[in-house]
Amino acid sequence: MALMMPKPEEEILANRDLLIERLRKILPADNVIDDEVSRRAYECDALTMYRQLPLVVVLPETVPQVSAVMALANEMNVKVVPRGAGTSLSGGSLPLGDGILLGLSKFNKVLEIDYPNRCASLQPGVTNLAITKAVEHKGFYYAPDPSSQIACSIGGNVGENSGGVHCLKYGLTTNNLLGLEIVLIDGEIVQLGGKHLDSEAYDLMGLMTGSEGLLGIVTEVTVRILQKPQTVRGLLFGFPTLDDGGNCVADIIAAGIIPGGLEMMDNMAIVAADDFQPCGYPRDVESLLICELDGTDSEVDHLIARVSEIAKQNNASVIRVAETEEERLQFWAGRKNAFPAVGAIGPDYLCMDGTIPRKELSRVLAGMRELSDKHGLRVANVFHAGDGNLHPLILYDASIDGDIERAEAFGADILRLCVDVGGVLTGEHGVGVEKRDLMHTMFSEADLEQQQRVKCAFDPNHRLNPGKVFPTLHRCAELGKMHVHKGKVPFPELPRF
Amino acid sequence: MEQYAPTSAEDVAELVKAAIANESPLEIGGNHTKQALGRPVEATHALSTRGMRGVHFYEPSELVVSLAPGTTMRELTDLLDQNGQELAFEPIDYRALYGNEALSGTVAGTVAVNASGPRRIKAGAARDHLLGFSAISGRGEAFQSGGRVMKNVTGYDLSKLMTGSYGTLGIYTDLTLKVLPKPEMEETLVIHGLSDQVAIDVMTEASGLPHEVSSFAHLPADVATTMDAPLAGSTLPGAMTALRLEGPEISVTKRKADLREHFANCGGEFDEIEPSRSRNFWHALRDCAPLAKRNVDIWRISTAPTIGAKFTTAIRAAGIEASTYYDWAGGLIWLATEADAVEAVSSIRAALKPFGGHATLIRSSITNRATVDVFQPQPAPLAALTARVKYSFDPERVLNRGRMRKDL
Repeated sequence: MALMMPKPEEEILANRDLLIERLRKILPADNVIDDEVSRRAYECDALTMYRQLPLVVVLPETVPQVSAVMALANEMNVKVVPRGAGTSLSGGSLPLGDGILLGLSKFNKVLEIDYPNRCASLQPGVTNLAITKAVEHKGFYYAPDPSSQIACSIGGNVGENSGGVHCLKYGLTTNNLLGLEIVLIDGEIVQLGGKHLDSEAYDLMGLMTGSEGLLGIVTEVTVRILQKPQTVRGLLFGFPTLDDGGNCVADIIAAGIIPGGLEMMDNMAIVAADDFQPCGYPRDVESLLICELDGTDSEVDHLIARVSEIAKQNNASVIRVAETEEERLQFWAGRKNAFPAVGAIGPDYLCMDGTIPRKELSRVLAGMRELSDKHGLRVANVFHAGDGNLHPLILYDASIDGDIERAEAFGADILRLCVDVGGVLTGEHGVGVEKRDLMHTMFSEADLEQQQRVKCAFDPNHRLNPGKVFPTLHRCAELGKMHVHKGKVPFPELPRF
Repeated sequence: MEQYAPTSAEDVAELVKAAIANESPLEIGGNHTKQALGRPVEATHALSTRGMRGVHFYEPSELVVSLAPGTTMRELTDLLDQNGQELAFEPIDYRALYGNEALSGTVAGTVAVNASGPRRIKAGAARDHLLGFSAISGRGEAFQSGGRVMKNVTGYDLSKLMTGSYGTLGIYTDLTLKVLPKPEMEETLVIHGLSDQVAIDVMTEASGLPHEVSSFAHLPADVATTMDAPLAGSTLPGAMTALRLEGPEISVTKRKADLREHFANCGGEFDEIEPSRSRNFWHALRDCAPLAKRNVDIWRISTAPTIGAKFTTAIRAAGIEASTYYDWAGGLIWLATEADAVEAVSSIRAALKPFGGHATLIRSSITNRATVDVFQPQPAPLAALTARVKYSFDPERVLNRGRMRKDL
């Protein structure tokens, strides 16, 4: 791969033995992994095309241990890469050859569930789905539901600001957090938020969320839990064109209706899903819309009629309303299998994650078809239609020479297209290493410099997860220089009041 | 003090650079509706965003509006209203507290103080609705973050950091906000005569029911009786515990009936605030109207909902005489006291300490606001981190110096 990571620092490599010896004084012997075979298990996350053996892997079990590891790394000037469950799709926890890989898998306990205050405190290694599992017997759940929810950890969700299919109505991770405990680069432990709402000063919890492990190590998370809606009903619509489907989505929202979920698939994804496991999807439509309405019984009945009418007005050729829970789950079955289904016709696929203003959907899909011809690769589309988050799946064959590079170039073109129409590079997978070198398509140098100055406030020596998110690393001293010289800029002539 | 009202981002940048060069810090504001919120600013010149007004785009079906920072809340509210939409976080209007004209503040000012009302517990705060922005930093440099889409993790989420930073990190030059449809209608179920603790138990229980109550407030008898009858919308005497229901009429009616049944034996007497009055009632609570008329200091305390009544018991035990009411199911306490802030501050924060949360002095004399920590002080490592974040945007502290804290 052409990916350039920061050059390993000779001094760190030379001190490896001493570092391991000192780590063993902080942690139980088994929790410091230095042999090559065991380290191999950590060489990549879910973005498997990039691999790197870490310098050493540590698996702390307590917050004081995390703090001590960070203090030691800071003292010895060693880099640290945090890792939750290793399910990042953007290479957020890709190891560094001269960095400690700090795994949080042993932090797997639910610490407290406080039903009256509707919150739960968790260690960062608890999986996303385990939160809902822990509270569902009382009728509660945790709203963000990334498709990797069975495996991904809440600490990783904080790092990537993970979403899922219910974001339009219930928000992303950042909208569902109350508190964080973080360990800073020098080992200092800081509490942000708690069980109350809003911050007493700057919203550092909001800043930490989605910071991809570059600012601190998350050691405890307090999330809001919500009461389950009384009723959840599913509707499935088929449309003769993609535009009809897109217009239907816009009309539903313009009518003041915010569905719990609103998912769209194109014909290639529909057929792939139905071939993979027959789910009864209409195979002859160009777009399929799954709409989930939740709330109280009376409200949902009322909305089903309104949404069906809107679909009819937008030329829906198929309108189905799930009458049973089994039928609703059947509607979702094909969508949930979409990725493996596309993988089955692939044989390999690259999953992109741009977000676009919804109204640009047909323009972006048309552009994608042109790009598909240009690069000679097929693309299937699944789309979180409610919030504009697009997941094009680029099909390629890794055994064909040059196919991986073609797929990557195709993906980069798609993301540039998303930015061109007013969208962004990543909706929920993170920048990581995957989209790092495309950051300039969205941000100016000044934007990126300001972001890096924020990084300097947390990590002045770029020791925490360097090489991710930012295409170039500037020294903090350089970034701090001011281009205005005292006394040399006169007050300009400006309107005064 | 010399005042500037630049009309472009370029002029804002020039003024900030000049401020750095001349070591003349700027007071950043809009229409001066919230000048009494926060510590007095150390500044030689004032910069207002009021010269930058107007809507860049508004797309109701995309749920997004983008506008210039000095656009007034009146302009934005009217525009959204024409399309049956609103800012779901119910921004506080400071007319009752500081005597402004209604909705005369700017959009930038509203976001800068992260001012969110009763529906915040359900719909999120201002910080959850700012999708992206452009600003000029305290280095005089233009930068932007976020975008116009709901789902975005490209780069650090500086929208969260800027929201609630009181103009101490940057000066907004453009803001893009998420908007939502207004509920079809709303109605409020009131239970009269509950004690503070029972009311909080009722509210936290209601917040765990699937009836989708969108706001929960409790007014003890002394505060409930001071509300004007048309505002209160309810004529029964005694404490009021209010549960707000929003949505299609058929659903509101059903949920109201379900709640009545659920709480039939809670010990209070039921009443209702009819749809035409419900919104005014909640807006009065949002703006602190029940306490603002008294010429005393006002505090706003955020804590865990179950703590509300325990906290007020604790401050009274410490000898502070206060009138209070609760929003956010008990998690937000509005408190009015004649006790001098300089004296009261330690008791209030000491009472809060075992429970966690923060207490902000919302209204007091300028002398008190210069002396007392207006915002909850932070533990040393967090305070140091906060100062480093300030430095990363505004190293010379030319933007609203001292507004949030003496060293910021």
